[in-house]
Amino acid sequence: MKFSEAWVREWVNPPVSSDELAEQLTLLGLEVDDIAAAGGEFEGVVVGRIASAEQHPDADRLRVCQVDDGSGEIHNVVCGAPNAREGICVPFARIGARLPGNFKIKKTKLRGVESNGMLCSAAELQLSEESDGLHELPVDAPLGTVLQEYLGLDDRVIEIDLTPNRGDCLSIRGVARELSARNNIAMQPPEFTPVAISHEETFPLEIAADSCCANYVGRVIKGINPNVATPLWLVEKLRRCGIRSISPAVDVTNYVMMEFGQPMHAFDLDKLNSGIRVRLAEQGEKITLLDGRELEMDNDTTMITDHAGPVAIAGIMGGDATGVTSETNNVLLEAALFTPLGIAGKPRRYNAYTDSAQRFERGVDSGLQQQAIERASQILMDMVGGQAGPVFEVRNDNLNRDFNEVPLRRERLDKFLGVAVSDDTVNDVLSRLGIELTRNADGWVARSPSYRYDISIEEDLIEEIARVHGYSNIPRTNPAHTPEISSVAESVVPKSRIQQALVNRGYQEAVCYSFVDEKTQKLFDPEINALPLANPISADMGVMRTSLWCGLSEVLTSNLNRQQSEVRVFETGLKFVPQGAELKQQNVLAGLVFAHRSPEHWSGTAPAADFYDVKSDVEALLALADSGVYTFEKAEHAALHPGITARIKCDGNWVGWIGAMHPKLQKTLDLSQSPILFELEMSTLQSAKIPAFAEFSKFPTVRRDLAVTVDESVSYMAIEQCVKTNAPEALKDVKIIDVYTGEGITKGLKSVALGLILQDFSSTLSEEEIDSAMSQILNGLTAELGAALRN
Amino acid sequence: MQIDELLAQANSQVEGAADLASLDAVRVEYLGKKGKLTALLKGLSALPVEEKKSAGQRINEAKRELQGTLETRLKSLEVELLNQRLESESVDVTLPGRGLPGGGLHPVTRTINRISALFADLGFSIEEGPEVESEYYNFEALNIPSHHPARAMHDTFYFGDGRLLRTHTSSVQIRYMEENAPPIRIIAPGRVYRCDSDMTHTPMFHQVEGLLVGQDIAFSDLMGHLDLFLKRFFDQNNVETRFRPSYFPFTEPSTEVDIRIDGGKWLEVLGSGMVHPEVFKSVGIDSEQYTGYAFGLGVERLAMLRYGVNDLRMFFENDLRFLRQFN
Repeated sequence: MKFSEAWVREWVNPPVSSDELAEQLTLLGLEVDDIAAAGGEFEGVVVGRIASAEQHPDADRLRVCQVDDGSGEIHNVVCGAPNAREGICVPFARIGARLPGNFKIKKTKLRGVESNGMLCSAAELQLSEESDGLHELPVDAPLGTVLQEYLGLDDRVIEIDLTPNRGDCLSIRGVARELSARNNIAMQPPEFTPVAISHEETFPLEIAADSCCANYVGRVIKGINPNVATPLWLVEKLRRCGIRSISPAVDVTNYVMMEFGQPMHAFDLDKLNSGIRVRLAEQGEKITLLDGRELEMDNDTTMITDHAGPVAIAGIMGGDATGVTSETNNVLLEAALFTPLGIAGKPRRYNAYTDSAQRFERGVDSGLQQQAIERASQILMDMVGGQAGPVFEVRNDNLNRDFNEVPLRRERLDKFLGVAVSDDTVNDVLSRLGIELTRNADGWVARSPSYRYDISIEEDLIEEIARVHGYSNIPRTNPAHTPEISSVAESVVPKSRIQQALVNRGYQEAVCYSFVDEKTQKLFDPEINALPLANPISADMGVMRTSLWCGLSEVLTSNLNRQQSEVRVFETGLKFVPQGAELKQQNVLAGLVFAHRSPEHWSGTAPAADFYDVKSDVEALLALADSGVYTFEKAEHAALHPGITARIKCDGNWVGWIGAMHPKLQKTLDLSQSPILFELEMSTLQSAKIPAFAEFSKFPTVRRDLAVTVDESVSYMAIEQCVKTNAPEALKDVKIIDVYTGEGITKGLKSVALGLILQDFSSTLSEEEIDSAMSQILNGLTAELGAALRN
Repeated sequence: MQIDELLAQANSQVEGAADLASLDAVRVEYLGKKGKLTALLKGLSALPVEEKKSAGQRINEAKRELQGTLETRLKSLEVELLNQRLESESVDVTLPGRGLPGGGLHPVTRTINRISALFADLGFSIEEGPEVESEYYNFEALNIPSHHPARAMHDTFYFGDGRLLRTHTSSVQIRYMEENAPPIRIIAPGRVYRCDSDMTHTPMFHQVEGLLVGQDIAFSDLMGHLDLFLKRFFDQNNVETRFRPSYFPFTEPSTEVDIRIDGGKWLEVLGSGMVHPEVFKSVGIDSEQYTGYAFGLGVERLAMLRYGVNDLRMFFENDLRFLRQFN
């Protein structure tokens, strides 16, 4: 909300500077977003009147004006504004004037005609952000008066950002009340006398019980003068609150809204049919609004209707057909109370974030409607005359809330804040805020006023005291704490250790969005229907990821586009896999390698990192966990190369994947080679065995190498298992030292060389024992896998 | 005179030996089992008794002398060889080393790790929760009923079936308090989501939630802890903190915390407050017996201030040139 500092100071004028005032507001919780002068920095601008305006002889869009600035001299000024016409008063920048932006006004010639000064728009003087012509001043403005003096521009526009609980501060009165409490000085509301009632005309009014209307107050004012303009003081006050002057009746409703916080509406009485009915909309019922839009309403929306149909969306915006115009003689003023619950969500739905909607959505003072009608009548009739009828009102008592009494205990207050606030401070702060206090044995009982919807429990009162007393007046303490030894189990591998292991192996951590493009996702996980967002930011962030590879591939391609050609990345996070009606949110670690085994080096270039390079990274992570027996099984995955893919299992259960990207996907992503991808379940990586010491033999080990040929399709795992099952206990370790196909080996076979490490627990192995072990192993390989000893 | 001649001859051969092998050959030629000096010693028996003694002494002296010369020559040869080797084996120490350079953690992880470590000192443990959440944990249990205006502030991503993407890590508070009785000291770092994307907003970002519940936890404790944390996080004591009243439905009183470094501009860094009694009620904790504070801080925001990053979106572009700066 924007407001004029000078206006607030009419209500309460603490002895502090503008900046201090702004800081007070911020520290009261009314965060000041901006503070700016009420007008731009300019000098030499006075009130001038266009005595005559004639067409420029050589330019269609220009006019030659004779400007009277009260100095006795008439100035010839060329002006291009569309509203430059005889008789109007406007800001006149004399020769030598300086406009905002240090723009100096000099004598000049425009298309051959001399121009001695400049007529200004509001935007040129930074009185508004934009304008579509000269800034027209009242026709009785005193010529030659310095504009700053005339407009009273020694003022600042303060913009505050209010939290949703503080609807009571959406007015000059609300802000003034806060400052009154903060500075502990009384507020001086404007005094006015209610207008005299000169006729008995009211207007029929009904409120349907199920609408959100808690109260509706109206008054008929007849015979207003439609030809009077809104006076400057009112136009300027509204301008500084960011509201444009439209017509006296509309301006008055806005004025009262800004002053008291009560949104109002003015109808052209002669355009209303028979009576006002406040009711819920019929589904699809149409209304054309003041902003020209035609909307179809939902049946949960409260409408103001007459006997012919809707005339306003309650509390949000008036209808076009029944609004006041320059021909209006008789008006119906409305000051109603709509409940926050009834308005909530609708401004968004109908895209109508009006000042009125904003206030009702947060809660308007339920004791304000009569007062607002009186205030509006008084200002309006001061301007445009007319005869006021009696104020009439219908209350919907189902919707009027009670203001409970809230206890405030001294002990609770002190304990909760960690400081003792004096009784005087408690009394001053709460009473200045309009909260009535009664003492009792434990402290006080508080009764909050009709404008404080947000106070319902003791903590709310405590906050008010802390806030106004000042958070800076509360000490900063450290609570007593008995340290305990943390209960982190040794068998849990911290996530940071896993991440660090990959970092040490050259990986860069990435953080990708958890929502991805559905089509790209399908390339990686064609069989899973990813969970779609109902309201995504954009289509390429439309579904929850079912795999982290989609994001990492995007990291790869975007970095390749930026000439970053060595990409070794990982990410940890949740993937979201629908399983029937359930959603599995699984914590995984995924990696992608598209790089050389090691970076380009002066001593020689390493080959591209392949399956086995990345497998060693995965094995290193599994070694950290060590929670069971890991196996890599040849498998298929839609995103991976069918020949270069393994499913990783721990004690027979799936824990991850590793493989080269499928060549089809590689082509789709336009990559020069297939990156190696892996994914591992975090829960497996994070659970480790506690080391358990085992006795080891002190006798020497013996190594025997064995080379055999087997069918190419036999996996190493099969060979290793065969060796282990056939060997005696003395076999301690098997190393694979060579795998060879090609010259010297029959096609379809491969040569595999093993290093076998043998050791006995209680003695040195004899040659006979070793030979016997070796022949057992060879016999097993021959019998079970068709292996032959290679000579 | 045979001895002197032999010795002179041997010495000159020693001097002439160019390497260890030829030097050893000289030793064998004169001092070996069949060496020339050894042979003289053997020939003593043929001499008359009166000559035996002096001749024997003479030969032994010659042997010792030759051994000395050999030794000296050996040493000098070894020095020469070492020098030759050292000369030939020199490398250019300025050439880069071999192997894979280390990678690095994402700055968000780095920042979360630092925050976690600082709160660990105060006894806070780390908790996690799901990111696809129910309205109950994200809103209702946090005292944000369905028509609450605060919901509009959250720009929530929905799935259209009652589920949503958590808009804050505060949901973890509820899940934790449902399962654990006070005293409670936890932080919950993680991803959160808001349907908003522009220069200063990304639809996903990270928060660290903090929750401390106990007997007699006061608002002054919240201010003390957060003031201390922020000073430590920025590694300097010239960090001023300012507590500014604010509003969150799940805390009362609520406060935004601003910091100012070296008297610069006030910058908002986190929101916090005393746990609202309605929140305690929803998890069955007696708010008369226990009080507590909660806070939620924006990880990217702190990382930007700490490391001078000027564009929030950089965190999610994963440009290696950006990421490597935090290695």
